[in-house]
Amino acid sequence: MSDRPICELTPGPDDEPWFAATARGVLLLRHCDDCGELHFPPRPICPHCFSDRTAFRESSGSGTIYSFSILRRVAVPYCIAYVTLDEGPTMLSNIVDCPFDRIAIGQRVRVVFRDSANGLKVPMFAPG
Amino acid sequence: MRGASVIGVGMIPFGKYPDRTLADLGWPAVVAALKDAGVAPGQIEAAYCGTALGGMMAGQRVLGRIGLTGIPVTNIENACSSSSTALRQAVMAVRAGVHDMVLVIGVEKLTKFGGGTLPLEEEDWEVRHGLSMPALYAMRAQRYMHEFGATAADLAAVSVKNRANGVHNPDAQMRSAVSLEEVLASRMIAEPFTLLQCCPTGDGAAAIVVCADAVAARFRSDPVRVIASDLTSGRFMPGFRDMTTPEITVRGAAEAYEEAGVGPGDIDVAEIHDAFSIAELLYYEAFGMCGRGEAAALLASGATAIGGRVAFNPSGGLLAKGHPVGATGAAQVVEVVRQLRGQCGARQQPDAKVGLTHATGGGISGFDHGACSIHIFAR
Repeated sequence: MSDRPICELTPGPDDEPWFAATARGVLLLRHCDDCGELHFPPRPICPHCFSDRTAFRESSGSGTIYSFSILRRVAVPYCIAYVTLDEGPTMLSNIVDCPFDRIAIGQRVRVVFRDSANGLKVPMFAPG
Repeated sequence: MRGASVIGVGMIPFGKYPDRTLADLGWPAVVAALKDAGVAPGQIEAAYCGTALGGMMAGQRVLGRIGLTGIPVTNIENACSSSSTALRQAVMAVRAGVHDMVLVIGVEKLTKFGGGTLPLEEEDWEVRHGLSMPALYAMRAQRYMHEFGATAADLAAVSVKNRANGVHNPDAQMRSAVSLEEVLASRMIAEPFTLLQCCPTGDGAAAIVVCADAVAARFRSDPVRVIASDLTSGRFMPGFRDMTTPEITVRGAAEAYEEAGVGPGDIDVAEIHDAFSIAELLYYEAFGMCGRGEAAALLASGATAIGGRVAFNPSGGLLAKGHPVGATGAAQVVEVVRQLRGQCGARQQPDAKVGLTHATGGGISGFDHGACSIHIFAR
């Protein structure tokens, strides 16, 4: 059980509100007001229907592990995973605060936030 | 539309050549392909060079070594599909009547990175969050095992088969057989993959001479016809994952079969993208060799071994032959052409008439893979 050091992150021009939300402990998805679909990572243009009428929407932060792997041949072993959020989108993240041998597909997880090298809050997931 | 045929192939043995330049890896493969075709350098009208990480002007650097210059040279980057994409450009040019005789090169030098996993694009969201190629395939494997009950031994059996094939391939990087126990006991890399379920990194080059069908017989009595030449890119699927279905390969396979007018039952030999053990199992299903969840049973039946219904990766595949990314697609073609000519000795698939190559790759957010190029050949 360990945390992967997160490199320095440089937010793009569209990412400021997203990192402002993670700093408050909130995970934002992007919603399309035309087709109604959610997507992640957030894009200004809806990747489902090409609409530019998109807006941030709060995620509950709860989801289920779709798949995972423990990366062993790295400086600090970590658990990488795809987590399917209750709202629908699946996002790549890391599983933390859990012994590696207790992680399973289908497990319920909740978002937690970890600091990048330059102090930005990055969403990861822990059992709960 | 005119047809295109392969009349010459060549490669250097894949391996680690830290002291050779990219150009010096590439030119011997080109010379071998030209000699194999019986074609003089002056008869080549254009060249297409695939490399993923070889830097600018790779084709000119290679061809400058042998004076094959002053022709249109197109350099192509498409991750693991780079040189198979280059072949498709060559085939299109010949079919369109733009050229009669062209050269395809695949070349890569991974030892310059000093080992480890393939460097991915760091501006990508998922890469910044810890994604690597072993991690991506490992999560596919975990999900496949979860959904279909495949075991660690089922995965390891892919490595056992392909390493056994590689023993008989003088161009393979790994030329020793491994047992199921050795595969399972090797060092854990990314669960469930042990080291021997991951393709080795290394260097390599391969080359192909492609010409119009009408002129092929002037050079060889056994030209190999290109009956499908397909390229597709991944569908961007934001936030959706079905990791047990390689959607890009499923679509590409359907397109290639339709173009060639053949089906899964017609394929005698297939060189497919087994970068990690799970990949070969997923691709049995994607190419319609068996139903969903039946891949491990197909492998266990021996149907995909040399001498079986369809030999998968008789060269040893990426797991044994090696995977110098940009060279892989062209090297797959080298093997299939030699198989269709009956030149493969102890690893020969008996009476192989129709062969298939498949190179797919590119780990980027929202895609199964970024690129996939499939070719089907017939003698």
